[in-house]
Amino acid sequence: MEVSTPLIKNILLLDGEGKRVAVKYFSDDWPTLNAKLAFEKSVFTKTQKTSARTEAEIGMFDGYIVVYKFVSDLHFYVSGGEDENELILATVLQGFFDAVALLLRNNVEKKTVLENLDLILLCLDELVDGGIILESDANVIASRVAMRGADADVPLSEQTISQALATAKEHLARSLLK
Amino acid sequence: MALSQPAAKKDDDREDDAEYSPFYGIEKGAVLQEARVFNDSQLDARRCAQVITKLLYLINQGETFTKMEATEVFFSVTKLFQSKDIGLRRMVYLVIKEISPSSDEVIIVTSSLMKDMNSKTDLYRANAIRVLCRITEGGLLGQIERYLKQAVVDKNPVVSSAALVSGIHLLQTNVDIVKRWSNEVQEAVQSKAPLVQFHALALLHQIRQNDRLAVSKLVSSLTRGSVRSPLAQCLLIRYTSQVIAESAPNTQTGDRPYYDYLEGCLRHKNEMVIFEAARAVTELKDVTSRELTPAITVLQLFLSSSKPVLRFAAVRTLNKVAMTHPLAVTNCNIDIESLIADQNRSIATLAITTLLKTGNESSVDRLMKQITNFMSDIADEFKIVVVEAIRSLCLKFPQKYRSLMNFLSNILREEGGFDYKKAIVDTILILIREIPEAKEGGLSHLCEFIEDCEFTYLSTQILHLLGKEGPKTVDPSKYIRYIYNRVILENATVRASAVSALAKFGVVVESLRPRILVLLRRCLFDTDDEVRDRATLYLNLLGNGPENVSESAQSLIFERLDVPLANLEASLQSYEPSERPFDVAAVSTEVKPQPFTEKKAPTSKKAGKDTNQKATANGGGLPGHKTSDSYERLLNSIPEFAGFGKLFKSSPIVELTEAETEYSVDVIKHIYSGHVVFQFNCTNTIAEYLLENVTVVMEAIDAEDFGEVVSKPLVSMPYGAPGKVFVAFQKPEGACSLAKFANTLRFYVKAVDPSTGESEEEGYEDEYQLEDSEVTAADYILKIGVSNFRNAWESMDPDSERVDEYGLGVRENLQEAVRAVSTILGMQPCEATEVVPPNARSHTCLLSGKFLGGVQVLVRLSVGIEAQKQVAMKLMVRSEDPAVSDIIHEIIGNA
Repeated sequence: MEVSTPLIKNILLLDGEGKRVAVKYFSDDWPTLNAKLAFEKSVFTKTQKTSARTEAEIGMFDGYIVVYKFVSDLHFYVSGGEDENELILATVLQGFFDAVALLLRNNVEKKTVLENLDLILLCLDELVDGGIILESDANVIASRVAMRGADADVPLSEQTISQALATAKEHLARSLLK
Repeated sequence: MALSQPAAKKDDDREDDAEYSPFYGIEKGAVLQEARVFNDSQLDARRCAQVITKLLYLINQGETFTKMEATEVFFSVTKLFQSKDIGLRRMVYLVIKEISPSSDEVIIVTSSLMKDMNSKTDLYRANAIRVLCRITEGGLLGQIERYLKQAVVDKNPVVSSAALVSGIHLLQTNVDIVKRWSNEVQEAVQSKAPLVQFHALALLHQIRQNDRLAVSKLVSSLTRGSVRSPLAQCLLIRYTSQVIAESAPNTQTGDRPYYDYLEGCLRHKNEMVIFEAARAVTELKDVTSRELTPAITVLQLFLSSSKPVLRFAAVRTLNKVAMTHPLAVTNCNIDIESLIADQNRSIATLAITTLLKTGNESSVDRLMKQITNFMSDIADEFKIVVVEAIRSLCLKFPQKYRSLMNFLSNILREEGGFDYKKAIVDTILILIREIPEAKEGGLSHLCEFIEDCEFTYLSTQILHLLGKEGPKTVDPSKYIRYIYNRVILENATVRASAVSALAKFGVVVESLRPRILVLLRRCLFDTDDEVRDRATLYLNLLGNGPENVSESAQSLIFERLDVPLANLEASLQSYEPSERPFDVAAVSTEVKPQPFTEKKAPTSKKAGKDTNQKATANGGGLPGHKTSDSYERLLNSIPEFAGFGKLFKSSPIVELTEAETEYSVDVIKHIYSGHVVFQFNCTNTIAEYLLENVTVVMEAIDAEDFGEVVSKPLVSMPYGAPGKVFVAFQKPEGACSLAKFANTLRFYVKAVDPSTGESEEEGYEDEYQLEDSEVTAADYILKIGVSNFRNAWESMDPDSERVDEYGLGVRENLQEAVRAVSTILGMQPCEATEVVPPNARSHTCLLSGKFLGGVQVLVRLSVGIEAQKQVAMKLMVRSEDPAVSDIIHEIIGNA
């Protein structure tokens, strides 16, 4: 009996028309660019009409479990193998979704995502490494992306003040949301 | 090379997209130009980070770089390590991973990365570890191993996780290095950081996975409760299930080890863990209803959750349970019924199919009503799932065929794609075959369907069935109109099959024959060659006066070729015009399994395995579709074996050496009517030796009937190149002779200098003991199934039947008894009868096969078990040749 560590097959962030904003594949199941685009198109068309805005939705497409969540003109997807624990995939999706919201100060839409693409890519990098979940807690991911606490050897400067301010704003925003 | 990205595509974008995207009009060439800022002496960190983002954007959109471009970017990126800017450093790490430099380039960044690995900043350390482990290869790892080992137990979780996850990846290629971290990893399992615990546990298990005892120890110590991380808990549940599957239940109490742990996890506070545990319980082998109940209860709670993911997970698991334990799921039926209206169509479909599996006869009508409303608003792929569930429901409750058949014909009339329609037609065809009462109704539904069917494939399939079944109905004439309409209205392929169907009516139903002849004559004016040819053929067969439709005409029209078309085609192509007429009987009847698409399986990295072997290994014991052909070709190419006639069967590969010894040898037995050829595949795994004049000496331990006729040695066997040695024996023609041989590999060894590949002049004789090989009864029987066992059984001459009873002694259960007998006989179990329901007291297994010489053999194997586990067996054999029936009994008697 083969026992495996939970594996993420891919994470997709598509726009309202199904175009790529940022994607990351961790599996060789889609060897070519065309295979990847075909999968994205298939998943997008099959989920387009669903409303996955309050709760994450889920489906089985082309033999993969896909969990997804939409906000404004953005579609977030996380896919795993057909035997994967659905709730683990949902946890990864939620971690990604919330971390992006934290990093973009709840201003999550295609425009801001593209303007801060570096943060989004770093976020993906801190979320999953080679298919293995690296961290799923949105707060931890966001602070790692922002390198908070990393600048111990940099003297106190304007940057750190603005960072502190940002953190404060963020906390306020989140407490308002709850 | 994708240079097409820029102009054309952007023009399609909507106007307002321009203000949206900071990457509007981005172009690879320009970005590469911009990347020159990396070389500036005064680095502008912000600008550099922006350019890297652009590069990453391009890569993310699927743009590719040439080797030269990538190298150039990589070299200039390495200069950015000079900058102290933290944001920029993160982007540098990211882009290095994306570019994945070649091994000779890596050396440039290693020193910078190693410096970062020892930085005071934890996040630098973590990222540097991940980048370094991703891009470096074996040799360099030795240098950094010390740091990695330390990092595993670092106090900052980000560093520790980075090292552990890198370890999991490295384990694929550098097992030995990672194994040396065992102590540190074990310490990390106790970490307070949840993800560190998860990563450490995953790595620890992978290090030990081949050591069953170690895994079992790991599970027994951790299940006592030191795991806090939910993800780690899920892993532990998976490992525990594995240990349970590999250990026997406690026979005294019937308790399963670790079941208590799984049940405890059902009360965990995290849903992820609860679900993992529930799923693990439902997947336990031979799970009892007492064990199932608590798991079903938590799944039932999930069914009414507000979260779609939970509902989906629960209903999907229950759906699987319903296949094996429908009764256990019945309690949830009310909750599942409310899910039919779920917004999420995947959930609704799973709910429907689960209900169809668990429903009882009385609820069928109500369910069908609910489904009818539901069908119109789901996608085709879901509809197919529903149709398949209805198929199995109908087979379960044949009395309900009427309402189910009505439902099928209704949905057949609605809009739908090919796959969906095909699923419906297939279902109706199966129902017609399995439920005699449903035949007439089903046929008329299909007749109506082809009146308005846009799929040629389905029309021809239905016409074929009409031709076969229609003449046997009470009123065959009513089908003629439907069929002839096709001749008038459809394309050539459909017209041709309609002509064949008409002819079949003409053969069987005498009263219709004159009218059929009229219709067929009209077809002579068809525009298509095939249609006219068929009409001419049938007219000639039928037209010589109504009373004497010859036997041969009957058989030509009705009997199918019982050889696979692909094999027939191959044989016809290799047939050369000669005195000898083409013989259909000589065509191999072995069905080649469809080449299956292989999902990425963990491939063993054993060297020297040729593709043949792999194919067989993956085919799960079936003769791989390439192998049987290639064996035949191989043997035919050897003149010594040419006179042996047609190859009857090639056995699966049997290893004659332990894995990873000096020489690896396996054997395949090729069975001919009067000969047996042993093919030894030998591989020399020692680079320092060259073997010459390699033979296999086969000493008879017990082989009275066998006489060695040919031994074909291998002239030279250098390191790594597999070679073949053959030994052929003569045996009585057509007899089922058994034998056992002791094998020795004999050869002449010469020493070789591996660096130059030159061998020394002088060598010496040596030999190497191999395992014994046997010729068993199963070697003389081909596994060939029959589609309808009962029909096949009844069409056999009852006089050929031989019945006898046997005592099989004490057995664990009936499954084991059935498996043992069918393995001895080497026959194909039919209609899934090889599976014995758990705890069954008696069972009948149907076996089919072809004996040497192509004689069809059928076996009904009834077994019963009594309280003391004594198993009795009754064996009924029918065969085309009564002598073969006797042989089967002899085999069992001697076993």
